[in-house]
Amino acid sequence: MTTLEQRLFDLGRMDLLARQDTAVHRLDPRAKLVATLGFIAVVASFEAHALTELLPFLAYPIALAGFGNVSVRYLLRKAVYVLPFVLFIGIFNPLFEPQVVFRVGPLAVSAGWISCASLVARGLLAVLGALALLAVTGMGNVCAAFEKLGMPRVLATQLLLLYRYLFVLAHDVARMARARSMRSVGNAGMGLSVYGSVLGHLLLRTLDRAERIHLAMRCRGFDGQVRGLSTGRWRVADTLFILGCAACFYAARRYDLTLLLGQLATRLGS
Amino acid sequence: MSHHIVEARELAFAYPDGTAALRGVSFTIHHGEAVALVGANGAGKSTLLMHLCGHHLPSAGSVNIGGLSLSRGTLVAIRRAVGVVFGDPDDQLFMPTILEDVAFGPLNLGLSPEEARNRALEALSTVGLATLGDKPPYHLSAGEKRRAAIASVLAMNPDILLMDEPTANLDPRGRRSLIGLLKSFEHTKIIATHDLDMALEVCPRTIVMDGGAVLRDGATLEVLTDDALLEQAGLERPLRLQGCPVCGQARMHGKPHG
Repeated sequence: MTTLEQRLFDLGRMDLLARQDTAVHRLDPRAKLVATLGFIAVVASFEAHALTELLPFLAYPIALAGFGNVSVRYLLRKAVYVLPFVLFIGIFNPLFEPQVVFRVGPLAVSAGWISCASLVARGLLAVLGALALLAVTGMGNVCAAFEKLGMPRVLATQLLLLYRYLFVLAHDVARMARARSMRSVGNAGMGLSVYGSVLGHLLLRTLDRAERIHLAMRCRGFDGQVRGLSTGRWRVADTLFILGCAACFYAARRYDLTLLLGQLATRLGS
Repeated sequence: MSHHIVEARELAFAYPDGTAALRGVSFTIHHGEAVALVGANGAGKSTLLMHLCGHHLPSAGSVNIGGLSLSRGTLVAIRRAVGVVFGDPDDQLFMPTILEDVAFGPLNLGLSPEEARNRALEALSTVGLATLGDKPPYHLSAGEKRRAAIASVLAMNPDILLMDEPTANLDPRGRRSLIGLLKSFEHTKIIATHDLDMALEVCPRTIVMDGGAVLRDGATLEVLTDDALLEQAGLERPLRLQGCPVCGQARMHGKPHG
């Protein structure tokens, strides 16, 4: 099995997790989606050098995962994949902001390093939040929630099909890659020209498949709207969940909880 | 629609690149008939199926389904009457879970989510997948996917079932149980296939295609024992009509006994 297939298997696990039945899973997907979007917006809204203030926000994905019976470690391992991208965005900050903020022994820490760390922390938090949402809601429900909240129907349908056919496409790629490597001796046959041809074939195949899927949809009365089965009704619990999240986010944004906690600890200690 | 007759009259079709895929195909299939559509690769079976579900419109001639002549205007009505099970179930199962997929059609027919769910559950239990409804399609085996694809079509209560290679890629037991399932359906069935043994079991009538035309249209047993015809169409006798693999004897000739 190639690593690609293994990764996919792992992604498929997300759907298994989403099919559990816990209090968090039973919340309306819209409530969880709104809360998570709010979470990401608040995390992004901090000033560039915020670091300790971000710490309390870790509680949201952990709580969502914890109550939803999802392993936080699993989510963390998935979130690490985006680390290189965020790191690249912030990697030059130390050059732009060389002024030293504080020293740890002989080590001078500049403002740039702090903003870089803040960027990474925020990136990871946002991804963790989104992954936790997916793990306790499922992609299909997230798409339906997006649509109910006013996302253009075409986009929501695209998102849904994209996710469904990610697996089929990856199996196609894995099969072609396997076929190629079986007939490549050493490095011969692994060159860029072959790669281009493989990619071209894949595109044609995908177009063909898209046409067949469209036909299959039309044959079953598809008229541009994907109708869901869920009759999910908004309950009091959903409102409470959103209000609770909003209150927590507000408190954590307004006050530096880490600092307060630290002060409390020192006062108790003295 | 009172009688679900499927009729093609001098049906001809050429692909945009000029390849003539159908050259004057004519047949009439009556209500409740099960017809096998056989022929070599490229004989025009799939193209013909694509006409019967309205994916292609005829270049010449006509297709008539349940009293409606196929055209852009009648497409929606015709697709209500016809259910198509495609060759690759992955093309057909596009929703996140099997249950949602099977309910997709009924929901589009205007059923309430409650009714659609019941209809879907009923169809799933018909094909023996009642317990797998909440699984995503890629967690199913090939045989289960095929059954799910059939359920997705059954849930729409079609009058006519079109199937493209329903037994392809199935293990022997999966194939056997699918044959049992197909035999239990009372719909009008048109099955394009290379599995001649299945054709022999499921379909009393067979249409042999060759080069985009109908080579023979007749009783399955007669057609599939006509060696000259089979040779011409690029086919061969179903295995169960061939000789004993050890002594080569006991080959059945002419009329069936008993």
